[in-house]
Amino acid sequence: MAKTLFEKIWDRHVVKTIDGGPSILYIDKHLIHEVTSPQAFKGIENRGLEVFRPRQIVATADHNVPTIHQELPIKEELSRVQVQQLVDNCKRHHIELYGLGHPYQGIVHVIGPELGITQPGMTIVCGDSHTSTHGAFGSIAFGIGTSEVEMVMATQCLMQSKPKLKRINVEGPLGKGVVSKDIILYIIAKISASGATGYFVEYAGSAIRNLSMEARMTICNMSIEMGARGGMIAPDETTFQYVKGREFAPNGAEWDKKLAGWQQLYSDKDAKFDLEINIDAAEIEPMITYGTNPGMGVSVGGRIPTSADPKALNYMGLQAGTAIKGKKVDYVFIGSCTNSRIEDLRQVASFVKGRKKADNVEVWVVPGSKQVEQQAIKEGIDKVFEAAGFNLRQPGCSACLAMNEDKIPAGKYCISTSNRNFEGRQGPNARTLLASPLTAAVAAITGEVADIREFI
Amino acid sequence: MSKKSINKVTSTAVPLREENVDTDQIIPARFLKATSREGFGENLFRDWRYNSDGSPKKDFVLNNPTYTGRILVAGKNFGCGSSREHAAWAIKDAGFDVVVSSFFADIFRNNALNNFLLPVTVSEEFLQDLFATIQKDPQATITVDLEAQTITNDTTGRTEKFEINNYKKTCLLNGYDDIDYLLSIRGEIESFEKTHA
Ligand code: SF4
Repeated sequence: MAKTLFEKIWDRHVVKTIDGGPSILYIDKHLIHEVTSPQAFKGIENRGLEVFRPRQIVATADHNVPTIHQELPIKEELSRVQVQQLVDNCKRHHIELYGLGHPYQGIVHVIGPELGITQPGMTIVCGDSHTSTHGAFGSIAFGIGTSEVEMVMATQCLMQSKPKLKRINVEGPLGKGVVSKDIILYIIAKISASGATGYFVEYAGSAIRNLSMEARMTICNMSIEMGARGGMIAPDETTFQYVKGREFAPNGAEWDKKLAGWQQLYSDKDAKFDLEINIDAAEIEPMITYGTNPGMGVSVGGRIPTSADPKALNYMGLQAGTAIKGKKVDYVFIGSCTNSRIEDLRQVASFVKGRKKADNVEVWVVPGSKQVEQQAIKEGIDKVFEAAGFNLRQPGCSACLAMNEDKIPAGKYCISTSNRNFEGRQGPNARTLLASPLTAAVAAITGEVADIREFI
Repeated sequence: MSKKSINKVTSTAVPLREENVDTDQIIPARFLKATSREGFGENLFRDWRYNSDGSPKKDFVLNNPTYTGRILVAGKNFGCGSSREHAAWAIKDAGFDVVVSSFFADIFRNNALNNFLLPVTVSEEFLQDLFATIQKDPQATITVDLEAQTITNDTTGRTEKFEINNYKKTCLLNGYDDIDYLLSIRGEIESFEKTHA
């Protein structure tokens, strides 16, 4: 029978299915971080259990960590305690931790792929909704709650009902200045922030095939922003080349064996999806959000819709029917698990080189991991940023969710390459405009929302 | 947090007409630093409930003493965004046993079920009918019967069936959780591992 990519992986991981109920799904890799794991560790300890498969878990500290002076103790007490608990818990349960100071530390969704932990065909979970990022490798990857983190720690399994499947095909060449972030912001604006609730999404089509792994991760990362449980892309040569040679990737005969299996991971020609959407890549322009959910987006040259939610516009201090281009901004944040990989930094640097930031903006660039930071330094990207007046910080989630010290002040506007523009996401009463790294870069130089196409 | 079984709840309700309520609003990130499951109720809807100086915002429904009860009635797409289970803990900790909406985000729904907070999905018409009833009479009650899978607007008598999978229903009625079940089949999981490359 013809199967979808999702079904091929799902079926291989079902331990059993309860009649009229969920399936017991085996989990290959479990990623954990400091915020959503302490209660789970406590839970299994209260039950007198040990972690079932500690070697299938990898931990890092990212949400709470400072992005300057990481060598010093964390100033904020609660954050310090939470990060320390992760250290203690991992030690007690024999879990590999890439904590502060470790050369592999970084945002959980950046380090998994970069270390070759994320591989095609796997089931991957993490107590974090953007686990969907890992789907870019052709894996089933999704975010879970802390009770589920506890279940995986205790049994390496989860109880899951099979989701409905949706395929989004994006065909044709991308326009000038349009990058993968624009594709996903466009899709979410088109189908709304709840447009894929209950579904798992497969992205397909020539526009997706032509993307690099980094760019694919950006797309899968934001699947959750339209309500989807996860997103995935069939692995191909681009994927295999990316994985090959990484720290935890298979090698030698093991590589050949794995590769043969991975090459079978695609949706069969006659496979059935519950829903299919076709998008012409030529329609997509550089995008920006104006509201308080990621579905409230327009092209940078467009106007805020007259039908826009008044409550959202009130929060944002913007008017329906007006142009968004030319709007002054106060902060530019380039970072987060959506856009903090080396390719993102290179893209920004190549535009910024020889230019200077506008006086009215503060620019933070926060690499996704220690390895990204080191690579940027090796390539001299740090110097480009320094010359432009950008502030290159140390790896972490930073102003994506403002759990650490990096917060956007109340009322200020921030163009951000992250994935959420919810009220207060970047700090109480902060106003977030989501955009691509290129659109953020041009805003850094002009001090306002600008159209990258007029500058390249 | 005590995990207890749920069956029938008859209660007044707190109406939250907002749509697309994301978990960053339910419990803002800066309150996620605790390492236990308790005490999140205090910061439920923190930035909608309080001004930055800590004084309550009078016009927010949770600060209005007229509305009380164990049922939260909310606009569509409730619980979207971050997977933080703290959102379900906060709602439960604030004294709610049921959340009613016309649409729930997936992860939130799972998190709620894992914490014996019952998410009840109703039609948009039924939801609007509930809002209208509560607005007219804040003392109006709603009855949620898990066994029968029905929700009733006790004022108008209008009843709707809601869906829940059988397995989850049994868990909630009896106070079991998934982890108890998974632990009971660890042997099967181990044999699965042997064949799973
Ligand atoms: S960067 Fe932002 S979205 Fe990504 S894991 Fe960290 S907090 Fe979550």
